[in-house]
Parts: sequence; C-alpha cells; structure tokens
Amino acid sequence: MAAQRAGRRGQEMADDEAHTPLQAILLADSFTQRFRPITMERPKVLLPLVGVPMIDYTLEWLASAGIEEVFVFCCAHAKQVTSYLKTSRWKSQPNFKLTCIQSDDCVSAGDALRSIDQRNVVLCSSKVLGDFVLVSGDTVSNMPLKEVIQEHKARRTKDKLAVMTMVVKRCKPSPLTHQTRLGNEELVLAIDPATKQLLHYGAPNKQRQSILLDKNLLAGRQGVRLHLDMQDCHIDICSPEVLMLFTDNFDYQQMRRDFVRGLLSDEIMGNKVYTYEIFEDYATRIDNFRAYDVVSKDVLHRWTYPIVPEVSFSDSQATVNLDRCNKYREQGATVSRNALIGENTFLGQGTTIGSHSKIKNSVIGRGCKIGENVVVEGSYIWDNVTIADNVQVIQSIICDGVLVKAGARLEPGVVLSFKVTIGENFTVPQYSKISRVPEPTEQDSSDEELEYADSTGDDSGGRIYISANKVQVGQDGAGYRWFKDAVHDEEWKQSAAAISGEKIKELMAKQEQEEDDIQDVDVIPEEKLLSDEEESVDEDDNFEKEVEENFKRAVNGVKLENVVLEVNSLKLGYNKAFSDCAGAMFRAMLNLALETPHSTAAELLSTTKQVISKWSTLFRNFLKSEDDQIEVLLKFEELCLESASEFSPLFSKVVEELYDKDLVSEEAVMSWASEKAGAEEADKVFLRQCESFIKWLNEAEEEESEED
Amino acid sequence: MVAAAMPDLQAAVDDFVIKLKRRQVEGSLATAKSTVLLLRQVVSHQRIPSSGPASSLIDAVKSVGSRLIAANPMELAVGNMVRRVLHIIREEEATIVAAQVGVTPVSDSDDDADVHGVPGLSAVALAAANRTALRAPSLHNLLESLPTSAGANVEPVPESDTKSRSSDKNSKSWKLKHGVIDAIGLLLGEIENYHSEISEQALEHIHQNEVILTLGRSRSLLHFFREAKKKRSFQVFVAEGAPRYQGHKFAKELAAMELQTTVITDSAVFALISRVNMVIVGAHAVMANGGIVAPVGMHMVALAARRHAVPFVVLTGLHKLCPLYPHNPSVVLNELKSPSQVLDFGEMSDCLDGTDGSPVHVVNPMFDYVPPELISLFITDSGGHNPSYVYRLVAEIYSPEDH
Repeated sequence: MAAQRAGRRGQEMADDEAHTPLQAILLADSFTQRFRPITMERPKVLLPLVGVPMIDYTLEWLASAGIEEVFVFCCAHAKQVTSYLKTSRWKSQPNFKLTCIQSDDCVSAGDALRSIDQRNVVLCSSKVLGDFVLVSGDTVSNMPLKEVIQEHKARRTKDKLAVMTMVVKRCKPSPLTHQTRLGNEELVLAIDPATKQLLHYGAPNKQRQSILLDKNLLAGRQGVRLHLDMQDCHIDICSPEVLMLFTDNFDYQQMRRDFVRGLLSDEIMGNKVYTYEIFEDYATRIDNFRAYDVVSKDVLHRWTYPIVPEVSFSDSQATVNLDRCNKYREQGATVSRNALIGENTFLGQGTTIGSHSKIKNSVIGRGCKIGENVVVEGSYIWDNVTIADNVQVIQSIICDGVLVKAGARLEPGVVLSFKVTIGENFTVPQYSKISRVPEPTEQDSSDEELEYADSTGDDSGGRIYISANKVQVGQDGAGYRWFKDAVHDEEWKQSAAAISGEKIKELMAKQEQEEDDIQDVDVIPEEKLLSDEEESVDEDDNFEKEVEENFKRAVNGVKLENVVLEVNSLKLGYNKAFSDCAGAMFRAMLNLALETPHSTAAELLSTTKQVISKWSTLFRNFLKSEDDQIEVLLKFEELCLESASEFSPLFSKVVEELYDKDLVSEEAVMSWASEKAGAEEADKVFLRQCESFIKWLNEAEEEESEED
Repeated sequence: MVAAAMPDLQAAVDDFVIKLKRRQVEGSLATAKSTVLLLRQVVSHQRIPSSGPASSLIDAVKSVGSRLIAANPMELAVGNMVRRVLHIIREEEATIVAAQVGVTPVSDSDDDADVHGVPGLSAVALAAANRTALRAPSLHNLLESLPTSAGANVEPVPESDTKSRSSDKNSKSWKLKHGVIDAIGLLLGEIENYHSEISEQALEHIHQNEVILTLGRSRSLLHFFREAKKKRSFQVFVAEGAPRYQGHKFAKELAAMELQTTVITDSAVFALISRVNMVIVGAHAVMANGGIVAPVGMHMVALAARRHAVPFVVLTGLHKLCPLYPHNPSVVLNELKSPSQVLDFGEMSDCLDGTDGSPVHVVNPMFDYVPPELISLFITDSGGHNPSYVYRLVAEIYSPEDH
C-alpha cells in the first residue's frame, strides 16, 4: 500500500507539466456558532491548533497537494483574517497565489458561494475557471488531491452532469463513532458501488430507526451500498456549475443540508454527486470543540504527517524537538526538573512550567506561565496564559491571556475565552463557557448565524471588567458565563471534554435497547415504508409548508419575483402542478389573515380582503388556468371544513372578493358549482352559501349574452 | 547580470526547502543530487569579491546549506553534500594558494630564489608543505601531492607576469570559481554513477549458488544483483520491510530479471537466516563511526546475521557517508511517520482517544541504527571497506572545520 502511495506521489510530480492551474476556494468562516464565545473575538480559522492557526494547516495541505491558486473567502472578522494572511509567508510562496475575498453580508456557505459567483461574473479575469476544490478553513488533511481531481475531470468529460466529487473516509464501523469522535451526527450514505455515485446523504430517522430511500434509486443499478461507517471529510471537488447552482437556488444555505440533498432529490436537472474514498490519508474538519480535541490529538499522534509540529510549516522559527511518547517541545520552553511532562504534549516557546506540575495529553502555547503543583490534563492552553499554583485544569480550552488564580479548578468541558480571569479557589463547573464579552440577549442574536462583532476587544475590556460577576468567575475574577448553550442537550457530545466511559456505556445501552425495539416492531416500519400513500401525504404537507414559508418571506420583504421562482422550483422539486401551488399559496394567505388579530367575523373578512388585494399580483402568477382557480376554490372549501373553520361563514364573501379582484373567473366558479352540484348533501354547505352569488353570476352572464 | 539572476536562485532554494519540508523529495540519492545541483547554482551565481574569494563562497554555501539541512534533518545526504561542496571550495583555494606560493619566487627578485635554492624545486616543496598544512595528511594526499603541485607550478607563471595586480586577483577568483564548478560537476558524476561503480564489484562478492537475504528495497542492490546475475546463478530472500513494504516491489523487480526470489515477512528472518550465505542491504546513511542508518527492521536482521555468523554487507555510495557521529545529540536519527501505515485510521479509535484507560500508542519510526560491530563490510564506489576504516574515508572527503 505504501509503495503504491510513494509511486503515486512520484507520478504526480511527473504529471506536473500538463498544466491547468489547480484552484481552491477556502471558506474562512464556518457560519456556525459552535465555537462561541471564542469566535466573538477571533475568527475560527485563526484559532491555534497545536500552536499553529488552523488556516495554516489547510493552506499547507492545499499547497503541498499542488494547488496553485487559493481564494480565501473571509466573512466574520474579515479584517483579522486578511491582515494575518498578508503578513504570513503564504503571500511569498513560490507557485502559490493567494487572493482574499471579503464580504460582510454572508450568513452561510451558500451566500458565500453566490457572492463568489457574482464577483466571478464581474471580474471575469483569471478568477475561478475550471474545477476547483472547495474546503473550509478548518480542514486538516494530508491527502493528495491530484488523483481525485483527475478522476473528477475524467468523469466530467464523459458526463457533464457530474458536478461534484465528495471525499469520504471510512471510520470505525460503529454507529457511535461519529458522535464520540467528532461530535457529529450519524451519517448514512447510499453509494452506487460500481460508479461511486452518491445517492443518499442524511441522518437516519431516529424514531423509525430506518432510512427512507427512493425506490427509483434502485432502478437500473446492480446495487446500492448503504454506509454507516463513512465520515464526510468536507472536501469537495466542484465544477464551476456548482456556483451557478447556488445562484439559481438562492435558498441553499449549507453545503450539505441544502445543496447536496437538493441535488440528490432534484431529478429534473439530473446533476450527480460522486464520492471518492481515501484510505491511508487523513482528512477531517474541525467544526466543534469535540473535533478540536480529537484532531489536536491526531496531530500529536502524527496521523497528519508530514503536517506535524516538528516539521515547521508555519511562520514560527522556533525548532521543535520530538521526544519519545509524542512529547513536543519548542526551543525555549523551560520545564522545572520536578515537573512531570507526560505523553502527547506540546510545549511552546517561552513557556515555563513550575515544579511538581503534571502535564499530560495537553497542548500549551507560547509564553505561558504554569505555576507549581498544577495539573493539566487533556487541555488546550493557548498563548500567554498564566496559571497560578495548585490549579487543576482538566479537559478544558483556555484562550490567550487568561489568568487562573491559585487553587482554582476547571472541570471537564470548560472554555475560557480571551483574557478571562478566574478567582482564587474557584471551581468552574462542567461545560461552562466564560468570556469577557457578555452573552448577547435573545434580541441581539436575531441575526443568528453571524459572528461579526469586529470589535477589537480592547476598548470594551475595561468596562466589562467592572461588571464581572463574582458568582460566575469567583472573587476578583473577570468574565461572564454564557448560558445559552449550556442547557444544550448535546453538550457532552461537542465539548472539549473527552466522553466519559459511563456516557459511552449509557449510549451503548441505549443503542442495544433501540435495537431490541426494532426487532420487536420489525415488521411494522417496513409496511410503513411500503405504503406510498403515507409518504405522499407527508410530501404534500411538506410542500404546503414550504410554500407557506416562501409566502411569509414575501411578506417579510423578499422580492416577489424571487418568491415566484422559489415556489416554481418547489413545484418542480415535489413534482406538483400549478394548481397545487395556487392551493397552497391561498392557504398561506388565509393563514396570514388568520394570524392578524381579529375579534369579529367582519374584521376577519376585512383583513382577508386586504391580504388578498395586497398579494393578488403574486397570487396571479399561479393561476394560469381555470383548473388552478377551481383548485383554489376546492382548497378553500377544504380549509373551511378543517383547519380554518372561522372562514366558513365568510365563504361566499371571500369567493366574491376573489372574483372582484379578477383572481377567479366566473367560469371557474360556475364549473366549481356544477361539479359540486352532484356531491353529497353534506358537501353542499358552501355551495348553498354561494347560491346567491352564483345566481347573480348567472344573471350577469345572461345579461351579457343578451347584450351581445 | 548576476544580480538579476539572484531572485531566480532564491526561488530555487525556497522551492527545494519547501519540497524537503513537505517530504516530497525523499531518499538519499534524490536529495543528494538536487542539493549538489542547487549548490552549483549558488556557486555560479555568487559574485566573488577580489578579497577573500573563497570565504565569500563558503559563506554563501553555508547559509544556503544550513537552511537545507534544517528543512529535513533526517536526510543526512543533504548535509553531506553541503560539506562536500565546502570541502571542494577549500581544496580549490588551497591549490591556488599553493600555486601562488610556488609562483612568487619566480616572478619576484632573485634574493628569494637564493634563499630557497632552485626556484622550481622550492615551489614544489612549498606547495606540498602548504597542502599538508591545510589538509590532514592522508594516503591519497601523500600519493597525489607531488604530481598536482608540479602541474600547478607550470600553469600560472605567464599570467601573473603579464597582467596587472587586480586582473590577477580577478583571474584568481575566476579560476577558483571555475575550479569549484568543475569539481562539483565531478561530484555530480560520482553520485550519478555510483550504482555502476558498486555493481562492478558484484562478482567478487556473490558466488555460485549462494543464498542472499535482503530487507526492503535498494536501487544499488538491484544493479548489484543484475550485474552478478550475468555470471552467477543465486537465490534471493527478500524481507518485505513492513510497514512500507518496499520489499514487495523489490521482489517484483528481481523476479522481472529472472532471479530466483522469495518474499518473507520481517519476522521470518531469524527462521531463515541459517540457510543464508550472505546478507546484503542498502543503507540510508553511514555514520562516521561505521554504523548505519537504514530502514526499520535492519538492526534485527543484523543481529540475526551475527548470531549465525553470516556476513552482513552494506552497499553505499560515498554521498551517504556522513561525518557526524550517532551519539551526537544534535543529529536526529529518526523520523516518525504517520501511524496510518501501521494501522487503519479509526480501527482503534476507541482506544486511541484514551477514554477508557490508557490510550494505545502507535509509533511508526522510519529508520534503525545498526552499530558498526554488526557490519562486516561496506561496498562503496571507492571499493570495499571495513567499518573501522570509515573514519578515514570521512577525513578524506570532508574538511574537519565543516563538521
């Protein structure tokens, strides 16, 4: 295996001549809040991983894999990222071009890619032209890219619709692995073993303990392989079309949840996603504290070779010595003779460690002062941290400039953000996150997935210091405890604290329990699966909900044409007709009217009329034919009978309004009436209500014809 | 013009440093060759001031060399080549100085000539004295010194007579540079041809119907066997060389040239060593005490060979000869590679985390150090040598001030 790899490497070098510049887009923002509160003050990609900012790992890997041009897309804390990159050695690397793209208004990976696509159109120069590698700035890998890119290109020449290749890696085949290792959700992939095409991507259904697969997937295939043991490396080889797809589908936010699933469920366009499995190489993404802990250990254990601490790839000049048992020590770290430095440790330059202190499985950055009798286990201490005597730090993350006073104790899962001070003899409880920046209140966080706050931190520092809470950080401590995520159910899963043996046992027990459950009800879910009806009911509901969502977006100010486009795409996605759209839209409008407070039926009628008149232009887009209009009427009737019974006395009034606004033609009303005429008596309630209106319509028609 | 070329050179150096760091260039032959090529560029681009030409060259080579060595300290061949080039510069300077010393009596007044007696003879004597002063005496020197200095004596006389002092200096620095570049060319030739030099000796060592054991893969060994195959028929056991399994590839190559080949696991070496007539292996580097740095597993093979009194022969080019001693703590003698070669990632993820009890360590060292006591013979491009003679070779091809 190894020989093969060496050969492969050699071949890569030989292939160097066939030249099209390999490009990559690096998203220097994860668009999540998982690293809060740390990311309030520093962008995630600049957080140190074993002494080196994460983005350097990603760039080093890209550069060594032969990528020649990287576009770094900065969003949160864009200035910090760009200024870091400007002074870094990446700017002066031979055969390596780095371009920063800044944007302030992106809240998701989807926005970022759309923005890149737009700029691409504008600039049009040597910007992204061919296939490119899409990664985020927190990827740690050592996989060679040439082969996967070649495979992708070869596939593309044969099939233009193969727009993306996803890198996956097999991990330990246990459903618990994903969770316990990287804090991710379980992941089920369905892959065609012959072509490596990805057919399904998603989490298994927890309640049903099953996976729903479209039976069409099996058509024309020899087989489909379902994987529970694959880890998504979040490394994608994309064709330029991917950017366009994002622009076309402006509601795609996340790469996986929206884009990949969108592509897979979209049969009309027929775009395909393929997978590429790596075996010996390492590749993963750090998207929560748990992953941070695991990947740090992997780096110390040298899985990422040659991207390991003593092979210096960052700007720091200090040489790192490697001792037995993965003990890394930068030159200039001073350790007392009595201190015990255990396995898997990294000590940065200028750090001093006092006597009788015990350090194990930990990373300690540069310029730290660790006092006497300190215990540090499984923790990540960044730069310039001062830890006084007799402190215990267990499975915690401590950012730059923190001061932990004597006798304090940090329990597993604690995160101390920049410059926090912990008072003497204070015990910080499990999983607590403490920051100098107060936690945003609910209103503040309405711009949810953002981590802007480009504040320098210095100006606000003093003020916060005064208002620090003694209960939260101890006597003469400084900082606020963040509670928002603390109640989070899955805290144990994503914190830096290693998952305890008990928790794993508990999980295993649960797992077994669930497995037993499945055996008990083994037959039933299968039947459920087979019943297409239920599924389609589900789909109908989903469709209506989504249309309603879109309508609400229109209410909230999104442009009409966008909403129309969106609903149209939903229509295609769910394989519906215009009539369905119209029905769903009408229902959404009625719901809107219902939601506005009203006391009497008359009030409700007037608000309904307002809504109808206001949105008539939008609504008309879906009333292409008489059938659509009839469908609206039928839908309305149905609604009046079921959910929105408040409308039942107003039925005829609303129908009249629709007619007045020219949304429903008289032919439609008439054919509805004639259709209903043959129905059962119970169904004729609304028909009778409308009798007078219909009569009037009939007369009007007659008059017209008489006039003719 | 030289100044314009400098950024180019800088880029070339950076490029090579990065490749070394990323471990994209590995193996003693490849690194040695690239190093020498790069240093030749350095020498040819170096603007030589009229005063102290050699020292400026030495400084330039040293500064580039130290960067290269730091980039991957485990590739000892890089350091070797840097030292070889430094040695070449020093030698070249010595030759020129010797020549000048030889010249002065001729061009200057007759008084000096009187003091020294017959001018021609005194030049030879002085040059020889000078050389021995600059260089530790060695077998080669003693034999070579006479003809070279005599030759140097003849050449420079007319030049210094006709030209002015500064032009003399210029020509001197030019000559130095020229000489150094020529000598580096020779060094390059030596590196490129060492396979054939070594394999010429194959017939002296491999006899009819012998059983030979080796571990891993070695290019010089392949040439060696090919040469021996022409006249002799013999059998080869190849230990696979886990975890990189270079032995598998090697066995294929041997089978392709119709040699009777058997692949064994590394752990089977001891079981089979009693049937073996000779162990022949390649090395990554040879230390100054005669020990070798070789692919992991080699120490075990050497011990097995010693136990059964089987000769343990090492093929090595002179470029692998390192003037450092293995007890020198500043020499990192091993490189720890990714555990993924040993173990599939995730296979033991539950115990690697150390969540339950103490974690499992996976260590994947690349090299073994085999002490000189276990080595019977070195076959180099300059012939066969005992481990105890290695220090002598080191003294001959390196200058002590560069160690």
